[in-house]
Amino acid sequence: MGYPENELNRIRERAREIRRDSIYMIHKAGAGHPGGSLSAADLLAALYFRELRIDPQHPQWPDRDRFILSKGHGCPALYAALCARGYFGREQLDTLREYHSMLQGHPDMRKTPGLDMSSGSLGNGLSCGLGMAMAARCLKKDFRVYVLLGDGECEEGEVWEAAMAAAHHRMSQLTAIVDINGLQLTGPTCEVMNLGDLNAKFRAFGWSAIEIDGHCIEEILHAFDYARETEGPVAILAHTIKGKGVSFMENQVDWHGKAPNEEETRRALAEIMQA
Amino acid sequence: MIATRMAFGNELLELAKTREDFMICNPDTKSCNLEHFGDFFPGRSFTFGIAEQNLVAAAAGAASCGIKVYVPTFSVFLTLRACEQIRTFVCYPKLNVTLLGTHSGLQVGQDGGTHICCEDVGVMRSLANMTIVQPSDAVSARAVARWSADFDGPLYIRLHRSPVEEVHPADYAFHFGKAELLRNYGNDITLIATGVMLPRTLHAAQALQEQGIGAKVLEVHTIKPIDSQSIIEAASTTRGVVTVEDHSIYGGLGSAVSEVLSQHCPVPMRLIGVQDAFGESAKDPETLYEAHHMTVSDIIQAAQALLA
Repeated sequence: MGYPENELNRIRERAREIRRDSIYMIHKAGAGHPGGSLSAADLLAALYFRELRIDPQHPQWPDRDRFILSKGHGCPALYAALCARGYFGREQLDTLREYHSMLQGHPDMRKTPGLDMSSGSLGNGLSCGLGMAMAARCLKKDFRVYVLLGDGECEEGEVWEAAMAAAHHRMSQLTAIVDINGLQLTGPTCEVMNLGDLNAKFRAFGWSAIEIDGHCIEEILHAFDYARETEGPVAILAHTIKGKGVSFMENQVDWHGKAPNEEETRRALAEIMQA
Repeated sequence: MIATRMAFGNELLELAKTREDFMICNPDTKSCNLEHFGDFFPGRSFTFGIAEQNLVAAAAGAASCGIKVYVPTFSVFLTLRACEQIRTFVCYPKLNVTLLGTHSGLQVGQDGGTHICCEDVGVMRSLANMTIVQPSDAVSARAVARWSADFDGPLYIRLHRSPVEEVHPADYAFHFGKAELLRNYGNDITLIATGVMLPRTLHAAQALQEQGIGAKVLEVHTIKPIDSQSIIEAASTTRGVVTVEDHSIYGGLGSAVSEVLSQHCPVPMRLIGVQDAFGESAKDPETLYEAHHMTVSDIIQAAQALLA
């Protein structure tokens, strides 16, 4: 793989920032989804601080790469990444979920600079990304489209409608990343609705698939390289830990959608900063 | 005579020769002659097969990149199967997607209750940021097609399966947002019609005239935003209002007009349309219009009842 260690460390540091700010924002808001924000932090850091061709000074640049957080409830982590990338000031992080905030409870592309698509209703992001890839082909542009899905939302049938169509149209510029943290709102995915073999499912739909440790920056970057170089759409199946980075949140279904109190926040931030 | 859906689709094929600023997301239906758009304009049409949710959400994604997208298919599947995608991914972010809902209303005939769509306007009308337009004949369908290419935002255009009588002159100009006074026989009654119910409403007005009852006929092609002012003007100068639509009376034109008049100019009303029922098969749609009391004589009787 051979990525320079200082490059990897730079991204790891950004992931730590994303975790810190996610916890801070959710605590401040008194509501939000810490588990799925923390599981996606490393993926988002790698996307926003290396992979995506974007220009925060020109959020609407027509040739920019697109990113869709299909698992919209993980938006605190996305807002933290956008803020760290310079799309808006840190003072905005204090306003998550407040009236008139640019940081809505679920992503609103009309309110947040740098957001390419609204989301929050699960199972739709891959379709939106497919449409963006179609527009790129129609407009003869070379931007790439990345969609981050949760594993639970792969229970939505529309995900597989989109997967079928993306393979049919050989959408090489479309990459799906599945944050497989193994938990959904009411329990483990294997108990609520067993997703079976996602790798085999994507392959059966005509995609290439690669399985990685979704917390290993090196493996994430390698997967992005693989996706860029592969003909046809690629699914990056990122195995993650829900609540990653905060010991008492890790793999705890209760931390899907609950804000930490003062004491929990203090402990969480201490762990994140010491990691 | 040709159907509004075919007139619209053919006009769009014509427009595509001179403008490259729109594309088509095509499901596996023969709805308005746009199935073969990609053969004439390669790279500007994508097939989706039978998957309406993906169809609409992808159209939204494409539109977010700055290209207008048309999505043609049967109104029943478009507005109901993909309702949430229309709401959350087209309307909420206010994207430039034009939904062409064809085979609307009882006119679909033989296909039966699963395909007869009398709910679409009600559902689409409740979505913020949505605009709704319904032409009434081939002439107005072509005019709406030309106008729609320059429209920016969520748009639902309601089209129809079968050829309809042409009521508009060849030089017809479409005035978006305007309820148009097509006949003014007097100040007794106002008939307000939309879509393929317009010809029979004009016939009814003529017949009423022969009976000495002076009717005004308003065509409401822009159902949302509705032209409150013209409706209030007509209603305030007559003694009652009859609305006529090939749609459920819940949520459609009748509801929209009632919302305006009940607040600004309460007058006695009759709503002609489907009265809380599903459709069923009939070889001739006219059988269904008779069964649901939506004929010329039903319109005449409603007007008479209001004036009695």
